[in-house]
Amino acid sequence: MDIHEYQAKEILEGYGVKIAEGGLAYSPEESVQRAREIGGSVWAVKAQIHSGARGKAGGVKICFTHDEVEAAAESMLGKRLVTHQTGPEGKVCSRLYIEAGTDIEKELYFSFLVDRTEERIVMVGSAQGGMEIEDLAENNPDAIKKIYIDPAVGLLDFQAREMAFELGLEPTQISHAVKLIQGCYRAMRDLDSNMLEINPLVVTKAGELITLDAKMGFDDNALFRRQKVAELRDKTQEHPQEMAAADRGLSYVGLDGDIGCMINGAGLAMATMDMIKLAGGEPANFLDVGGGASAERTEKAFRLVLADEGVKAMLVNIFAGINRCDWIAEGVVQAVKKIDMKIPLIVRLSGTNVEAGRKIIAESGLPIITATTLAEAAEKAVQARNEQVAKEGAA
Amino acid sequence: MAILINKDTRMIVQGFTGKIGTFHAQDMMNYGSNVVGGITPGKGGQTHLDRPVFNTVRESVEQEGAEASIIFVPPAFAADSIMEAADAGIKYCVSITDGIPTQDMMKVKQYLRKFPKNERMVLTGPNCAGTITPGQSMLGIMPGHIYQSGVVGVVGRSGTLGYEAADQMRELGIGISTSVGIGGDPINGSSHRDIFEKFEEDDGTKLILMIGEIGGPQEVEAGVYASKHMKKPIVAYIAGLTAPKGRRMGHAGAIISSVGESAAEKVEMLQDLGVAIAPTPSAMGETVAKVLAKL
Repeated sequence: MDIHEYQAKEILEGYGVKIAEGGLAYSPEESVQRAREIGGSVWAVKAQIHSGARGKAGGVKICFTHDEVEAAAESMLGKRLVTHQTGPEGKVCSRLYIEAGTDIEKELYFSFLVDRTEERIVMVGSAQGGMEIEDLAENNPDAIKKIYIDPAVGLLDFQAREMAFELGLEPTQISHAVKLIQGCYRAMRDLDSNMLEINPLVVTKAGELITLDAKMGFDDNALFRRQKVAELRDKTQEHPQEMAAADRGLSYVGLDGDIGCMINGAGLAMATMDMIKLAGGEPANFLDVGGGASAERTEKAFRLVLADEGVKAMLVNIFAGINRCDWIAEGVVQAVKKIDMKIPLIVRLSGTNVEAGRKIIAESGLPIITATTLAEAAEKAVQARNEQVAKEGAA
Repeated sequence: MAILINKDTRMIVQGFTGKIGTFHAQDMMNYGSNVVGGITPGKGGQTHLDRPVFNTVRESVEQEGAEASIIFVPPAFAADSIMEAADAGIKYCVSITDGIPTQDMMKVKQYLRKFPKNERMVLTGPNCAGTITPGQSMLGIMPGHIYQSGVVGVVGRSGTLGYEAADQMRELGIGISTSVGIGGDPINGSSHRDIFEKFEEDDGTKLILMIGEIGGPQEVEAGVYASKHMKKPIVAYIAGLTAPKGRRMGHAGAIISSVGESAAEKVEMLQDLGVAIAPTPSAMGETVAKVLAKL
């Protein structure tokens, strides 16, 4: 789960991390009000969307008058901002963060991430901040310092000091930096965060260290014990169908293609999508219905897939283990009868009680296309999709 | 021959008396697994499914000689159960539980490292379907009847995709020595490479099928290890060709977040390392057959 910049900053401030003065606004008027309260003569108006690289998308503007603050706010609120992280559909901006302008001397990069190889939290820093760490890793890997943290003892002060010197800070700034680094680490550990990035961390002309942008991500598996973090969820930043699926205990990811999928198991779901692609089609979604696919769950999954109006054919691929093919078949037949399906349906069943399952489908009298192998199912789905597109084109 | 479990392995079930634990314990016993008891704290002394219930894993080790354990404990308590098993002297543990927090798994891995390697419990999972040595024993939740006994060692992240592979091989008359699910989480007990090492030492395994997916470095690490230290051939399939960058595909670990984590990149690197690639998920069985025919 991701949160907004202002939420991450609020959390970090609670852990003793210094941030620039700022406030949240929902309208241009409020934005000006926040600028007045902050005072000074330079403000940053920042769109609060779940994405980095907002600057290039027009989501961060530096303003020198209240009129400019108002105009910047108007240009962002209610708009969809498209960055390379949001995908082409972009993300709607409904909140702004108005922040005091900072006199930047130097921009640094600093983050904590979960390292899957070392199975530890890794602290990553670079004296070359402001740019994306992926670009830096590619173009100048030597400029990145990594320090691994032992989960048994946590982050040690000497490690934080080592990082501070690596970032090129002055001797007088080191103790302040250690406090900031330790604060970030404690926030991450205490709240089951799996990503905390400060990019840039800036040194001001006055020599102060300020967290200019902050991003935090949290482990979905740990939200059950982090109620306060769970409350920070902003549903407007998430895909509506994916949210609906998650609420129903299904795992769904919307994609650009037009062949809808319902599969049990994440690996088999990815493999089935691969087969569709190799057969010349494009999957409309990833959908794992999980182990206990009851008739009720099957119907919910059907409705979810068909809610995407671009879907031209639907493929069901179930390998029954704990499930039984006859139960799945009954669920599918019930769902199709209940929902007025206007597109072709291809069903492939395998595993426990497969013969009984196929019999139920065959005897249902419904126009369901069946397949026995994965390859056959994908080919038939692509063929049915092409016929459906031709039919719709003719009509 | 096989790895990790055989017909004699003395098994316990942690989370024994719960609905899910009961269902799968029964299923394992029906398959022929040597289940010697189970753990439910507070229910020690009772009998369940004709087997003794213990309050602690230690009691089951002392009284029944338990060697392997399977965990059905809810995610909030699962990490603790895994560490309890390790401390009690269990040799091999499968965690079926899905949804264990990442920081809990980091603690588990750190805890396991404190044991010297020859005394360290082997953990597979979490978020996996378990392990099966066909015809002998099953420590998992898979449909046992689709697995035929034979010479192919299987290691994979996904449950149902593993079933698909087993089914394709059975259709071609090819059997499996042991099939191990390592699970779909970003931090897991054993990596593909860890299981490769065990298959390399097993006389009953002639070839290894690795079923990987997008996200993380483990498939390629295993490929590098195999190219340097192994004699047995490797066949691999990597799922997720159509998965977009930065989106989590069901499994907590199935997300492309950095260079080298996409299916296409993994396939290319594995090919360079001499691994035979199944070009499609429906070609897993035939690719194994081709490589087997050359042995």
